[in-house]
Amino acid sequence: MITAERKPMEELIECLGPYHRILLVGCNECVTVCAAGGRKEVGILSSALQMAFMKEGKTLEVREITLERQCDPEYVEELIPHIDQAEVVMSMACGCGVQEIARRFKDKLVFPAVNTKFMGASERQGVWAERCQGCGDCLLGLTGGICPVARCSKRLLNGPCGGSTKGKCEISQDVDCVWQLIWDRLKTLGLEDKYEDIMPAKDWRTSRDGGPRKIIREDLAE
Amino acid sequence: MKTESVLEKILASGNLAVTSECGPPRGAVPEVITEKAEMLKGYVDAVNVTDNQTAMVRMSSFAACVFIKQLGMHPILQMVTRDRNRLAMQADILGAYSHGINTMLCLSGDHPHFGDHPMAVNVYDIDSIQFIDMVRNMREEGKFQGGEDIMNPPKMFIGAAANPFADPFELRVARLNKKIKAGADFIQTQCIYNIDKFEEWMAGVRDRGLHEKVHILAGVTPMKSAGMARYMKNKVPGMDVPDEVVKRMAGIPKEKQAEEGIKICVEDIQRLKMIEGVKGFHIMAIEWEQKVPEIVERAGLLPRPEV
Repeated sequence: MITAERKPMEELIECLGPYHRILLVGCNECVTVCAAGGRKEVGILSSALQMAFMKEGKTLEVREITLERQCDPEYVEELIPHIDQAEVVMSMACGCGVQEIARRFKDKLVFPAVNTKFMGASERQGVWAERCQGCGDCLLGLTGGICPVARCSKRLLNGPCGGSTKGKCEISQDVDCVWQLIWDRLKTLGLEDKYEDIMPAKDWRTSRDGGPRKIIREDLAE
Repeated sequence: MKTESVLEKILASGNLAVTSECGPPRGAVPEVITEKAEMLKGYVDAVNVTDNQTAMVRMSSFAACVFIKQLGMHPILQMVTRDRNRLAMQADILGAYSHGINTMLCLSGDHPHFGDHPMAVNVYDIDSIQFIDMVRNMREEGKFQGGEDIMNPPKMFIGAAANPFADPFELRVARLNKKIKAGADFIQTQCIYNIDKFEEWMAGVRDRGLHEKVHILAGVTPMKSAGMARYMKNKVPGMDVPDEVVKRMAGIPKEKQAEEGIKICVEDIQRLKMIEGVKGFHIMAIEWEQKVPEIVERAGLLPRPEV
């Protein structure tokens, strides 16, 4: 999933300072799963913003809506009946959702309420960790299903650097050395020899370095 | 000979090679590099010049190498993949070679997290093994990494690092083999304090005959104090300082600890000389370059061969 974290209250209050009526839009997909911008978080943020405004002797009208998928034009259409009443929109979706609202409603300012973080998975209750950088040329088949591009601090493709200590990365005790994980997994699978194959320099064109990316499926595109 | 490198000639002659290093200054102060290098003249065969070591901005390795070259010495251009993409790295290799620099050390580099610009992009377009392969390909095939021909391809004698003390230990010989397969001509190891462990690694290296495919220079760093020994043991990732070494330093009065550090370093070199497959020494006297001549002399590594 795409993970996100709500921005600090002070930042949100500051950007909404001059406004009195806002549309606060959540999303039922990834940000719901990572508890950053689903229906529940929309409710909580709405109350928190109104209280903060009240404390300063101001009022804030908040219309709350949570869309099925904010990155999907079809669902963003559901904002049409509400958009005119709002001076601005605050989106609790990931950056994709925020931009879909901006694209659809050209004369409406939209603020992000969350910082979009990474593509990750849930490690345990309340903990999410990065798993994929969307490099566009998946090599998980060569690394025992564990990604060095996303999970090595130096994205080294040919093994652990000299800073790997007791399974941890040199940058922090809280970060696993992904090459220790890959090595352990290759051993479990009886594929230690695979480690000695040199992984050639990556072609980053398939990643963000080749410019903004797009997928066109001729069989589906209208 | 693959290159014009003096280090290559010395290693080929069968003599033990001696290298040391100079860290460039954190400012446009060329005297710092020339003063450090002058101390080493006649005592070492080549001088590594670090590249933004510990991810702190310093004078570029390339520029500092040129100053050392102008002194009639032989610099080893260190380059990390952390700060530059493959275009910039190849451009600097062409520039360095054009200035007569023909020996380099290919590294991935410390993560920016450790330095004074932790907010910087960490580039890592390629890793150290892909880097070695790129430089070898420039030399052997005369091709840029992108595949086009190079006019007058740079012929670099290619070094790589090895840390026998990092985890997982069991893949450290395999990792050395990858560097050799990619094209490493010589290896400079992490500072060795745990000689037993280094011997264990070297035994694994010899089992696979790797000591005959690459020249291994054993890395040593003299310790100035018991405090430095403790710091190296506890704070430097991938460093293995046994308790006995810390105890030995701590058991000496403070004013004599520096001398004890030199003594340990000399003893270590003597012991490392006995290990089959060790072809020389890389003496990293961090901000203590003035002690290198004494270490080289006491370790019986003088005179340096003329080649």
